[in-house]
Amino acid sequence: MSREFWKAFARNRGAIIGLIILAGVVFLALFADLLYPTSPWDMVTRPFAPPLSAGTLMGSDTLGRDIASGIAHGARVSLLIGLTSTAAALLIGVTLGALAGFYGGRVDDAIMRFTELFQTIPNFVLAVMLVAIFTPSITSVTASIAIVSWPPLARLARGEFLSLRSREFVQAAITTGQSTPSIILREILPNSMSPIIVAASLTVATAILLESALSFLGLGDPNMMSWGYMIGASRTVMRQAWWMSFFPGVAILITVLAINLVGEGLNDALNPKLARKGKG
Amino acid sequence: MRSTDTKSARRAWYRRPQRGLMAAAAAALLALPVAGTLLPATAAQAADDTQAVQKGGTLDIILNPEPPILILGLNQQAPTQLVGGKIYEGLLRYDHDLNPLPGLAKGWEISEDGLTYTFHLRENATWHDGEPFTADDVVFTAKTFTPETNPRWRLIFSHVDTVEAPDDHTVVFNLKEPFPAFIIGLGVTNMPIMPAHIYEGTDYNDNEMNDTPIGTGPFKFVKWEKGSYVHLTAYDDYWQDGRPYLDDIYFRIIPDAASRALAMETGDADISQFGNIEPFDVPRLSKLPNLELTTKGYEMFAPMAWIEMNTRKPPLNDRRFRQAILYALDRGFIRDNIFFGLGRVATGPINSVTTQYTPDVQKYPHDPEKAKALLDDMGLEPGSDGVRANVEFLVMPYGEVWTRLAEYIKQAMGKVGVQVTLRSTDSAGWAQQLSNWDYQMTNDYVYQYGHPALGVARTYISDNIRKGVLFSNTMGYSNEKVDELFAKAAVENDDAKRAQMYAEVQKILAKDVPVAWLLEMEFPTLLNKRVHNAVTTAIGTSDNFADVWVEPKQ
Repeated sequence: MSREFWKAFARNRGAIIGLIILAGVVFLALFADLLYPTSPWDMVTRPFAPPLSAGTLMGSDTLGRDIASGIAHGARVSLLIGLTSTAAALLIGVTLGALAGFYGGRVDDAIMRFTELFQTIPNFVLAVMLVAIFTPSITSVTASIAIVSWPPLARLARGEFLSLRSREFVQAAITTGQSTPSIILREILPNSMSPIIVAASLTVATAILLESALSFLGLGDPNMMSWGYMIGASRTVMRQAWWMSFFPGVAILITVLAINLVGEGLNDALNPKLARKGKG
Repeated sequence: MRSTDTKSARRAWYRRPQRGLMAAAAAALLALPVAGTLLPATAAQAADDTQAVQKGGTLDIILNPEPPILILGLNQQAPTQLVGGKIYEGLLRYDHDLNPLPGLAKGWEISEDGLTYTFHLRENATWHDGEPFTADDVVFTAKTFTPETNPRWRLIFSHVDTVEAPDDHTVVFNLKEPFPAFIIGLGVTNMPIMPAHIYEGTDYNDNEMNDTPIGTGPFKFVKWEKGSYVHLTAYDDYWQDGRPYLDDIYFRIIPDAASRALAMETGDADISQFGNIEPFDVPRLSKLPNLELTTKGYEMFAPMAWIEMNTRKPPLNDRRFRQAILYALDRGFIRDNIFFGLGRVATGPINSVTTQYTPDVQKYPHDPEKAKALLDDMGLEPGSDGVRANVEFLVMPYGEVWTRLAEYIKQAMGKVGVQVTLRSTDSAGWAQQLSNWDYQMTNDYVYQYGHPALGVARTYISDNIRKGVLFSNTMGYSNEKVDELFAKAAVENDDAKRAQMYAEVQKILAKDVPVAWLLEMEFPTLLNKRVHNAVTTAIGTSDNFADVWVEPKQ
């Protein structure tokens, strides 16, 4: 399985590139404190220093903070929020989707109406509202991103459960008298994991974008350096100092791109039937 | 979105009647022969202009946000003052040093004991509806109308005993006690003279004439196209012969900051003031060949920015801690990098451009070592993580500049071992938490209105510790000596004694640091170079513009 998986994954060249970039970002996040031991908020040099001057790699911002340090520490925030909020969204989404799909009928109706309630409100608007109500902090930002991200996962899980529920191996499990939790967790869930993993990887990318957008609007945790914040804080001086918003912008772009590429690779590897034909 | 805003703003430009341009062209032709007669000796303010005055033409001024009403007596917000200051007039005007100049009062006398103020009014002034302007209008405005509509005038008027009109063109104010700040409080921003024949005996806020302001000023109201522009035109029977020079003024309502900057850049608008142009755009725009920048003309408002500290809460209740904060901050850095060079580093509670300022107080240069020494002295030793104390900072939600400032304060205080946690909120939440004393530290800025008795004392006297009231003594600072000095100085008629009292109170406050003064803020006024004489007094572009003239648009 594992070898086949890697083979399928590696066949998608984009996915490999994505994985390499992502590994770089993870490395940056893990070793940010070693690379840039001082806080990214510290004013370490003169303000408005262009890249490769005043002892900086990517220049400094309006207050003389090192942009490269902000990028490194921001990677941590982006990944942390991306992963935890996706994990939370998975927990909510898969639980509700599994219950709806497995039980069907009224339970299904109730849960799906509830899910649609969330889907009718635009993601970002709801996130902005939640963060504004609960005052911006890393917890409220993560929670609100999780709250707006779970409905698609719930729908996906429901679909998988609905189709797997009537399959022979599930019927067999039922007749052999396995308990319901055991059927859900041991029989159906492992078999529905592939599409959920692929969807989750894309949710991470969306979560990072959402976090950036929130910080851009000044709704990020005011004590955490984040890429979106860096762009938001320097957008006003874009005409005088392009580098302040350019580098964090590139960081967001390639990270999200990398995650999407990896997600596509996962899709190819995990759903071989769906994999596009004629690909090199 | 931005581009459509600009487009609609542009379209509004083109709708403008062409009369102004024609007149400007005509004036340009006539300029040479006429100039001599148009430069009367009284135009002292025009002295710096070597060019000959050109009559006629149209001026475009940026107006933002749109005012709720144009009746200046009913609303004293900055946008209302900008428009209303051309329609209405006060008894006096003030030069940049806050010396009184004649306005609707052509002359005045103050009695030796400081109790009687006599004003001689313009005999030939008329209201825009043709009615004559008389002393009755002044008495009505001072005694009946303004105390009801303007809290600032109510404070000033509480020192007045009677107001009388011995004849049609003389008004006498008898004060209960000497109140030298009185002479500073008679401008159009505090007490614009209102027409008694329109407002007397009516419900002021519900008067049917509130849509069509009637004043005595050089410009009269023509049209207010909501969301687009306000149009004023020259009042032909203005009391000063040959004024105003301009034919028309259009106030352009442009809600988008980028469009405002663009309008100044392209010359579609001639003047911007207060916060119209974002600080970060000021250095760029002021370098353009068609624009010039001035920070004069705000002496009457004289805003002072500070860090507000709740002195009820430890460790902020300790003077040494508050002093340490001032030592920890590099306020020159704040001015240069956060306010883009706009402002002066403050030395104490009174803005140096107003009256009664003294520089002779304890100074707080940037000195982190001294800050640490003070904290050591308090017994706040750094823990294993280097942290001596934790405080929470409420970020003032008034835009970019204040967010950057809060971030800077957090870092600078962190360097001396005070860990600051930033807390964000919206403007309603900020106002509520500050006025209900539910905060530790925040930023604020307050106008000083030209005199400590009008705009400074209110921040520091214990009488003004009023829960739920913004811009009161929200820090809870209380010092009997300060209370006494402010109270006595306000009613002291002797210049030297008064100056000495104010100097003493400044010394005490500078030592106590009830708030950490950061900057005497400056607002940027950008002017197209074709505009002349626009900023000549302490209220800058909010003044009446009778002497303003323009060269034709390029």
